[in-house]
Amino acid sequence: MQQTFSNPTEQLKIVIVGHVDHGKSTFVGRLFNDTGSLPEGKLEQLKLIAERRGVPFEWANLMDALQSERDQNITIDTTQIWFQTKKRQYVIIDAPGHKEFLKNMVTGAANAEAALLLIDANEGVQEQSRRHGYLLNLLGIKQIAVLVNKMDLPNYSQARFDEIEKEYRAFLQSVGVIPKLFIPISAYHGDNIATLSEKMLWYKGPTVLQTLDEEFRVSQPQENLPLRFPIQDVYRFDERRILAGRVEAGSIKVGDKLIFSPTNKTSTVKTIERWNAQQSDSAATGESIGVTLTEQIFVERGAMAALETSPPYELSRFKARLFWLGRNAFKKGKTYKLKLATQEVECEIDTVEKIIDSSTLETITRAGSEVFIGRNEVAELRIRTKRPVAFDAISEIVPTGRFVIVDGFDVSGGGVILDDNYPRRTSDSLHKSDNIFWSHGKVTAQQREGRNNHKGCVVWLTGLSGAGKSTIASELERELFNQGKHVYVLDGDNMRHGLNSDLGFSHKDRTENIRRVGEVAKLFADAGVVVVTAFISPYRSDRDLVRKITPEGRFVEVFVNAPVEVCEQRDPKGLYAKARAGEIKEFTGISAPYEAPEKAELEIHTDKLTVPEAVGRIVEYLKQQDEDLSYSI
Amino acid sequence: MDYLSKLENQSIYIMREAFNKFEKLGMLWSIGKDSSVLLWLARKAFLGHVPIPLVHVDTSYKIPSMIEYRDRLVKEWNLQLIVGGNEAVLKEGRTFPNGKATRVECCGTLKKDALKAVLDKHKFNGVIVGVRRDEEPTRAKERYFSPRDKNMEWNVEDQPPELWDQFKTDFEKDAHIRIHPLLHWTELNIWEYVERENIPLIPLYYANEKGERFRSIGCYPCTFPIKSKASNVREIIEELRCTKTPERAGRAQDKESEDAFEKLRRDGYM
Ligand SMILES: Nc1nc2c(ncn2[C@@H]2O[C@H](COP(=O)(O)OP(=O)(O)OP(=O)(O)O)[C@@H](O)[C@H]2O)c(=O)[nH]1
Ligand SMILES: [Mg+2]
Repeated sequence: MQQTFSNPTEQLKIVIVGHVDHGKSTFVGRLFNDTGSLPEGKLEQLKLIAERRGVPFEWANLMDALQSERDQNITIDTTQIWFQTKKRQYVIIDAPGHKEFLKNMVTGAANAEAALLLIDANEGVQEQSRRHGYLLNLLGIKQIAVLVNKMDLPNYSQARFDEIEKEYRAFLQSVGVIPKLFIPISAYHGDNIATLSEKMLWYKGPTVLQTLDEEFRVSQPQENLPLRFPIQDVYRFDERRILAGRVEAGSIKVGDKLIFSPTNKTSTVKTIERWNAQQSDSAATGESIGVTLTEQIFVERGAMAALETSPPYELSRFKARLFWLGRNAFKKGKTYKLKLATQEVECEIDTVEKIIDSSTLETITRAGSEVFIGRNEVAELRIRTKRPVAFDAISEIVPTGRFVIVDGFDVSGGGVILDDNYPRRTSDSLHKSDNIFWSHGKVTAQQREGRNNHKGCVVWLTGLSGAGKSTIASELERELFNQGKHVYVLDGDNMRHGLNSDLGFSHKDRTENIRRVGEVAKLFADAGVVVVTAFISPYRSDRDLVRKITPEGRFVEVFVNAPVEVCEQRDPKGLYAKARAGEIKEFTGISAPYEAPEKAELEIHTDKLTVPEAVGRIVEYLKQQDEDLSYSI
Repeated sequence: MDYLSKLENQSIYIMREAFNKFEKLGMLWSIGKDSSVLLWLARKAFLGHVPIPLVHVDTSYKIPSMIEYRDRLVKEWNLQLIVGGNEAVLKEGRTFPNGKATRVECCGTLKKDALKAVLDKHKFNGVIVGVRRDEEPTRAKERYFSPRDKNMEWNVEDQPPELWDQFKTDFEKDAHIRIHPLLHWTELNIWEYVERENIPLIPLYYANEKGERFRSIGCYPCTFPIKSKASNVREIIEELRCTKTPERAGRAQDKESEDAFEKLRRDGYM
């Protein structure tokens, strides 16, 4: 059937799967032969080799190119081969059926848009027939036809065919797969592949070839999805910064206002860059492009751009269905690398809901307390990441709804993200912390507090310059220390020398200063320490932010209150004088506001109390707080 | 999106991944049609620039016009070129044309060993190579990111899984990764793309007055032209649409034994 072809306009990738020895490679060899797609001399060459080696000729040798494969008559690794019909070009992906090579089967199948699943008519439905069916669904392949092969063995019996169809259809249905059709074939003899068989007159068609052309479609990217543009790299070949990436969903155009995860920074698309291509102000799904922005913001690989109106989720925990291919099990308590689009982040198992044998669909229960997912097993679980990850559920956007797990040097598992009522982000980036799940080690804050016999907390002193914050802080530190408590003072100057050395005194920088101090204080508290801070911290919203990020009951706001006149009189550093002289601008209490706390845990009037009295009040308060401390380590 | 653009976008994605992931990245340039398309795709990926040095393994048996063409493009396109070769073997004359080596041995020393020497010298941990799955059966089993151990050996029985464009970018020290951005292209696709983009190629691919042209170009003692009247890209595309002879039929080293090529590739040949 020598053919010449007109210009093909599309390409479809089909994977051939099924249990070991059910005839997948034989089928591909025969399909090529029967459609006149074999290169000249290939058949003769294979026959000659078989003769020379004194083994029967196998169609499978067309695909099984490795000597080790031919020696054992088995496919080890997946192969791709091309052929063409009048309708389109096909990439046929032959996958191995042996359980040992499941990772190669997954590699082949993950690339495909459609699948042919082969079942040996004699052996019937076997372990990998079911497992492959299950995995196809997990990999998102919806177009499936089942070929009942080796029909010559049961004498082309319709009863046998019907029996297998009934059993396998029921299985597929239980995993959510609806096959397009079942076709009885004999790969070895070429029945119902390119031409309708005369040995099975009870089967009226279509042939496999007709099925490919007529039942299967080339997948088109889903339209009207929200934009997802993960940044692959940032190029600076000239004075411009170009964000390189591929549009994974939706489309992007000049003028689009973008929001970048995880920084939540925004900017606008200035140009879309391509080389030697038609100039266009927009790019569609699948295009690898470059983007420049109107405002220069810091963006690096791993950031994900979306339209401001429809950002992805950004969380540190999500629910997933995962298959594991690694030689070593996927263990709870161990950290792995997770790759999702261009993001890479450390992760671990949070909780495992169930582990499934993907062939029998039975739930696997583990003896002992160790939690792990073994090789070739499938699990529903929650994954926790070190940093928040931008993602979508697989049901919403496919390319950003799946990930792989790297164990050591090897990609060892893959997963899809399931729906789970994830909170949508608000546009207020500062509230982002609501969605961040804390990554816990093996020791909890509670255990630490139990051992220390006191809570870890933030004692936040706020008040005017000269109100007595620093004095109280250092006295308080000594007092608590003498009582055997873990205590530390976060000093304003020390912070500004190190961590905050990049910040000035503008409103924005002051806010950032307090935010960082708050973050550090929170960590100290989590570590079990009583951390005392002494910052003017004049803005209510700044202090409230720290309150918000600190666990319930662990933020003790202390209003160190003295009238401004008293403070000005004390003026220990001579700052009020300078402010009055106009040498310091925006001085709190003189030329900038101080917003007094409305719900401070303690208020201390330093114009009425001595320093030891003031310290005593705070110590007393903390003692009360520790009374409900009854943890066991 | 039409299918050529799909192929193109996928290749660009892979090149950009490679460029981001490898500190020492090189790109093999054999001057043939595939590596010329590869080079073109690099310019697409990096928006007109080629920020990756090109490595040419010169066997000294390359057809002279290839070298002229190479040096001209280096100038015009502002390319960084590294030339490698196996001086020792050439000096001793242990080559196939001298009758002192089989074709396969010759490929082993002049290409494979020479390649290893350049990679070692420049400490490349990533090399972009323009092989395609449809060229021959062991390449059909390749990965986009394909690891080679410190001896450059390819463990074809145990290749890394590759799914959803997540590639193997973590590997042991001393190992290196071959990156294959053209893996999913066919010979026909290459020519269709050459036509669409108007990519300059060496004239050896086009039929001469004697009615001969090269379909695949290697060293002259081991590469033979085919009979053909196709003297331009369009005619080559038409010819390929009907042909049933494999592309590497004119490459003699593949035929010394049944698994000659597989052995070469396991040992690190491209
Ligand atoms: N009688 C009969 N034998 C067949 C038929 N199809 C395949 N076989 C034989 O079944 C054996 C296995 O065939 P392969 O094509 O290698 O099977 P496979 O599914 O590719 O095996 P793996 O890739 O290793 O999983 C070979 O010996 C084939 O000749 C058929 O239609 N009828
Ligand atoms: Mg097989």
